[in-house]
Amino acid sequence: MSARIAGFGATALAALALLALVPRLGNAYYLALAISLLQYTVLATAWGMFSGPTRYVSLATTAFFGVGAYTVAVLGEILPWPLVLLTAAALGAIVAGIVGLSTLRLSGVYFVIFTFGLTELIRQLVVWFEVNKSRVLGRYVFVDITQADIYWQLLALTAAVFLLGWLIARSRLGFALRVIGEDETVAKHCGINTTFAKVALFTISATVMTLVGAIMAPRWTYIEPSIAFNSMISFQVLIMALLGGAHRLWGPVLGAVPLTLLFELLSARFPNTFTIILGCIFLLIVYMLPRGVAGLFEKLSTTAGGKARQRANA
Amino acid sequence: MTTFLTRRTALLAAATCAATLGLTAVAEAQTSIKIGYAISRTGPNTGGAAVTTIPNYELWVKEVNAAGGIKLGDKRVPIEVVQYDDRSNAEEAVRALERLINQDKVDFILPPWGTGLNLAVGPTLNREGYPHLAATAVTDRAPELAKRWPNSFWLLGTSADAAKSLVELLNKLRDEKKIGDTVAMVSIADGFGIDLSSAARPALTNAKFKLAYDKSYPIGTQDLAPIVNEIKALNPDVFIAFSYPPDTLALTEQSRIAGLNPKVFYTGVGTAFPLYRQKFGKNTEGVMGIGGWSGDSPAIKDYLARHKAAAANGAEPDRWASAVTYASLQMLQQAIERVGKIDRAAVIKDLQTGTFDTVIGKVKLENNMPTRYWWVGQWQDGEFYGIAPAKNEGARAAIVPKPAWVAP
Amino acid sequence: MTNAILTGLMLGGMYALIAMGLTLQYGVARIMNLSYGEFLIAAAFASHWLFTGWAISPFVGLALVVPLAFVLNFAIYKLLLTPLVRRAPNRDALEVDSILATFGLTFVIQGLMLALFGGAYYSYSFLAFPVQFLGETVAANRLAALGITILLGLALYAALTRTRAGTAVRAVAVDPFAAQLVAINVPQASALTFALGGALVAAAGVLVSTFLTFSASSGVVFTMKALIVVVMGGVGNMLGCLVAGLALGLSEALVASYVDPGLTLAVNFALFLAVLLVKPAGLFGRATR
Repeated sequence: MSARIAGFGATALAALALLALVPRLGNAYYLALAISLLQYTVLATAWGMFSGPTRYVSLATTAFFGVGAYTVAVLGEILPWPLVLLTAAALGAIVAGIVGLSTLRLSGVYFVIFTFGLTELIRQLVVWFEVNKSRVLGRYVFVDITQADIYWQLLALTAAVFLLGWLIARSRLGFALRVIGEDETVAKHCGINTTFAKVALFTISATVMTLVGAIMAPRWTYIEPSIAFNSMISFQVLIMALLGGAHRLWGPVLGAVPLTLLFELLSARFPNTFTIILGCIFLLIVYMLPRGVAGLFEKLSTTAGGKARQRANA
Repeated sequence: MTTFLTRRTALLAAATCAATLGLTAVAEAQTSIKIGYAISRTGPNTGGAAVTTIPNYELWVKEVNAAGGIKLGDKRVPIEVVQYDDRSNAEEAVRALERLINQDKVDFILPPWGTGLNLAVGPTLNREGYPHLAATAVTDRAPELAKRWPNSFWLLGTSADAAKSLVELLNKLRDEKKIGDTVAMVSIADGFGIDLSSAARPALTNAKFKLAYDKSYPIGTQDLAPIVNEIKALNPDVFIAFSYPPDTLALTEQSRIAGLNPKVFYTGVGTAFPLYRQKFGKNTEGVMGIGGWSGDSPAIKDYLARHKAAAANGAEPDRWASAVTYASLQMLQQAIERVGKIDRAAVIKDLQTGTFDTVIGKVKLENNMPTRYWWVGQWQDGEFYGIAPAKNEGARAAIVPKPAWVAP
Repeated sequence: MTNAILTGLMLGGMYALIAMGLTLQYGVARIMNLSYGEFLIAAAFASHWLFTGWAISPFVGLALVVPLAFVLNFAIYKLLLTPLVRRAPNRDALEVDSILATFGLTFVIQGLMLALFGGAYYSYSFLAFPVQFLGETVAANRLAALGITILLGLALYAALTRTRAGTAVRAVAVDPFAAQLVAINVPQASALTFALGGALVAAAGVLVSTFLTFSASSGVVFTMKALIVVVMGGVGNMLGCLVAGLALGLSEALVASYVDPGLTLAVNFALFLAVLLVKPAGLFGRATR
């Protein structure tokens, strides 16, 4: 077992080293695409970390992403960059903690829409504050951060998220969450502190999302609420994670990467009929892959394994 | 089935690659000029882009190609267009430009619609040295941005300037004893509304106008009746709304219903849209709004006719940024033709220093910005004419007080 | 004060109207329909086309658009959604599948509308004149919409509580499995309810188009508004839908008149969040799970 882990770790490190070389390709478009892929990978994985085991569908991704981006907009030119990131992470964690504690009683669709309402509330408050107090709407971020820096930060965050997810899955917390996902009442009876487990995971996942927002912000120079709190981000991340399969740590990646590429391909080939084709492909995927891409992989591997076993028996 | 699909996809991919390679080879021989743009075809920006930007880009490309193309030296080369959908999203817009530049290797780029997206793509265009003719962005930092990014041209001006012109007009009207001095102002809680209202507020107070009402409302407000009713109770001489198209229409309709008919009735983006006249008909008479054009000039009349003939179902351009957008394309073309080859640095230089003959008249930029703008227009007899700044050529006199609303 | 309340009632009635169809689709047929707003906009376009192209009044348009929407939604449920309902092992799985499928549908419908009408804003004037009502001046089209909403709401309420089919529908809403045991044809009832929800949203689209400016991409705004009203009222509960809609409308109008129009939406969302914190299953919802 430990040999397998070591082997896996070595492969992951090698992959990471290889990925770190992308900016060296010298093609700004590939770099931009890689940034986009990483962005959605981290967001979807972080989303899956909480929503996969607990089965709470959250639409608050945008809220945390936006908080991160806005922290950079406000503090970006004042504080040194690492401090900005730290502040963003702390803010995200605080907001997530409060939200997590207050939403415990909600379940199912009530939680879904609550998180959406929360995002809009935060956005409205930011707008109101900017309009009435700071009297500007739309801030300029001129910080010295290159595209390659953004990419490397995202890559580091990706690695951290996967490591964290793997550690959590092996910990008591991860076990507790799986029990909660199966049946919350049973979990309570087993003496699991469901409140703590859920809030802890929600906070971790939200902090990661906040960091993504903060890291991405310098890419656009200009930040206004409609850019930072673009609710499409929530939807895209949710769809990617569900499509990939949120019940596995590596599931959301399998949704994020192909979908990002699909968006990219379609918007280039068919700028006018883009939406129709996208919708049709989307429907096809839903009907063909009932358990997400991860489900497909599992099915393939179990049938392959089953055949191997049959052969061994014969 | 799966293998079949994959094989076909692979073949398709191979064919696509081949086609792309072929295209690149063609471009190198400079038998065409590749022009790329990413525009909002979906998402919240679609409404603006579909009225102001897309029809003009299409009209211009069609006309240039019908004439044989852009003149490079002694031959004409046609325009080849590469376009993407930026989904009204800053990240998509930036990435689409990076793709246009690095993958499609386009020769020139036309900007996206709106202030936010134009600012978002600014650094990329600057880094890659492409001229950036922002024709749909109003920002107070335009002069500063033009210095920071010398390749960028801010053709729609600053909100401070817009507010100044409006207040000057009001001042003049008050001096002529046509209006009193109470003003009610609302603005949308978005970059545009906030910029303009924060510029107008001090300008109005300095000119000793009384601001009886000064509030903002969030994007997506679906009933503006409370605002209009409250303003009606204050009975102001001047009503100013720095609004977006859906609210411009809603505010006008609600004012008509509540009977809010001040001497000056001014609304924001959307007043200059053909949709406004289509919806309100005779009731447009005397309504002022942001923008305007010299509706009497032959160049504008001709442009209007061509736009109507070329656009899908005969759509008309809006009477503000549309003409500026079209003019920006003419400027780009003239700059390229004067340089005579695809030399972006030289084209930027020419845009900075040259004089251009456009539908909005002769344009000569100073510090990467035009020297005159239309800031206030007014519907008169079914056409939206520029009325301020009054020194502009073709400015009409304002009709004040605004006639009463009529039943539709 | 009367004016603010009247405005609030009209706005709230509109919210309730928008949400009524969704509470049926989600509460009974268990389809979390993300393409709901697109159906609303499609109906608005239909009404615009009938009015400007053929001079057909939106009230007559209702009689054309609503039955058509019913048939269309019935077909969509039968063709697209039934396979998902069949394969879903439990409610959670169906929720996820319906979110994904209707999200895809959103793109298809939006794409079709963009292709047909382009991305520009649309608006027309119908009944756009002032009327005196309770001593206040209000817009005739909004008042008419409120009247029709009340009629539709009452008819629906009567149908659900007074008829046999309505009782069956309510039984399915409470427990689809148990409903089967008492000889209710659950798939059929779900399909009809989904179609009825589609018909209602079409009615909402037609009415809303008489006073709001819309474009092919404004559907999502209505989807989210409807979801908020539905959830705040309690999923599948008609009365909850009405109360929640009115509460949101009134709070919006009162805040705009007496506090600050800039805070209307913030107060709306705060109200919604507060309700959920106190009553996690919405105003009239039963706590499940």
